[in-house]
Amino acid sequence: MSTATTDELMDLDEALARFDPVMGLEVHVELGTSTKMFCSCPTEFGAEPNTQVCPTCLGLPGALPVVNAVAVESAIRIGLALNCSIAEWCRFARKNYFYPDMPKNFQTSQYDEPIAYDGYLDVEVEGRSFRIGIERAHMEEDTGKSTHVGGATGRIHGADYSLVDYNRAGIPLIEIVTKPIVGVPGHLAPAVARAYVAELRELIVALGVSEARMERGQMRCDVNLSLKPAGAEKFGTRSETKNVNSLRSVERAARFEIQRHAAVLASGGTIVQETRHFHEDKGTTTSGRVKEEAEDYRYFPEPDLVPVAPSREWVEQLRATLPELPGARRKRLAQDWAISDFDMQSVVNAGALDVIEATVAAGSDPASARKWWLGELARTANERAVELAELPITPAHVARIVELVSAGELSDKLARQVIEGVLAGEGDPDAVVAKRGLKVVSDDGALLTAIDEAIAANPAVAEKIRGGNHKAAGVIVGAVMKATRVSRAFRLRATPAVPSAGWPPAGTERVRPRSGP
Amino acid sequence: MSAITREEVAHLARLSRLELSEAELDHFAEQLDAIVGAVARVSELPTEDVPPTSHALPMTNVFRQDVVRPAGTPILDRAEVLAQAPAAEDDRFRVPRILGED
Repeated sequence: MSTATTDELMDLDEALARFDPVMGLEVHVELGTSTKMFCSCPTEFGAEPNTQVCPTCLGLPGALPVVNAVAVESAIRIGLALNCSIAEWCRFARKNYFYPDMPKNFQTSQYDEPIAYDGYLDVEVEGRSFRIGIERAHMEEDTGKSTHVGGATGRIHGADYSLVDYNRAGIPLIEIVTKPIVGVPGHLAPAVARAYVAELRELIVALGVSEARMERGQMRCDVNLSLKPAGAEKFGTRSETKNVNSLRSVERAARFEIQRHAAVLASGGTIVQETRHFHEDKGTTTSGRVKEEAEDYRYFPEPDLVPVAPSREWVEQLRATLPELPGARRKRLAQDWAISDFDMQSVVNAGALDVIEATVAAGSDPASARKWWLGELARTANERAVELAELPITPAHVARIVELVSAGELSDKLARQVIEGVLAGEGDPDAVVAKRGLKVVSDDGALLTAIDEAIAANPAVAEKIRGGNHKAAGVIVGAVMKATRVSRAFRLRATPAVPSAGWPPAGTERVRPRSGP
Repeated sequence: MSAITREEVAHLARLSRLELSEAELDHFAEQLDAIVGAVARVSELPTEDVPPTSHALPMTNVFRQDVVRPAGTPILDRAEVLAQAPAAEDDRFRVPRILGED
């Protein structure tokens, strides 16, 4: 069928030296509405097969669709958040194709009159900002879910037959299409694709229109990619890699297609315009079907639905409901916390933005909040393979620990034990402190007496310290610890006898951002 | 008026997942040609001043509240629905292998 099924790959660096990639990303977002796009069937995830269906979403004769008001509102809010213009008048259209995932034999979508168009989204990669143009965002409905039976892989290839569950058919989808992404340095292109999808996902979540969980298929990405000879104007033929369903896969799919296209083109071959399947396990793509031309879908205005004509008043009302968007929020918080864009990126990559913000809101200073969440807690989350927010410790707990440390009641070392206790389910920080008997000696009188005695007992050492050899203080410290029977940790306020003697150890730990997923 | 070609019919048949014999291709090409010709007569009307119209009713923004199955919504019985399909298995509709061209 196709001549471009070769899996020959060109080295990525060589490919990018010879060709410029042009990308286009199509992202489908399942809205989190209670009901479907055109009928009142529930949209709950994981229901028994074919229990959330009705004559409308099964395409039974005579059934008539009615548009979900909240879905239209969500579409407009997404459009506004993406700096799009909102159509004053637009229609739904039938996209005709014969495939069993749509029982109607057409998908109700929008064609040349999308509800939102001509916007942009800014993303940052390696400290550089890229503006991704948004071509359009339009409303449509999801398809049914097919399970392919038989065959080796369970995917479409080699399946003997398919079983279809229409619970998902008709769930509102917003399809967001970028303009061609050009002018990104080739070596950053795959990362920019990933950053765009990540930023879009955050924006969707911030808007509250969808949970956008990629592993549940609530957000799915198609990666269009073509290559043109370096410096050339004219775009090459593109391939469309469908259903790339994780951020990491977006990057890998783009990289693979760059290498594959380059190998085909360099050997004098031609790229066939086709859809490709992405294989999560190997990070490769294989040929799907030859792409139908738009005219093959025989789009026409949906006669069963009247046009959507959002009044400007309505649009402005919806604009007023927009929350602070993720990009703006990050800028504001970076400023409030006095950290660099790079450090903010570490916070975001660690998935720590929300918890740190909540910890600061609960009274912690930003630096301490960052220290604990990116250090001790990020390590634990990594070990347990969970998100920070899923750890059994709350921002309020962390704020309380920070408070105890800054009040001098806990040292960092003791604080770590308190965290350990909270994570082990021993209760809140105060309960752990009480239960484990963790307390810094804060009786200055007792401490000073012990220090005086220690100095008196070690006159030679004291002389060395006075002479500037601060390392010698270890002997005094050891003697004081022994005298006060503090074996775990204690906090010592600066006294003339031991000026910055290297004890207690500086309260800072190495803060290491967790590597991305 | 150019005639509908056999190739066009074959292409439409493929899009519609219909298997047509050589004789049927000729037969439908001729029929479709007659139908398209008949519809084309509309273009003889003076329609310069008539705006394109997709809907007969001058209505916009007909929406439904996002409420699950409001009172009175008939609920389909799954067994009954599946019983009317040509084939079912595991509470799902069973359909032929998809993408025969692969």
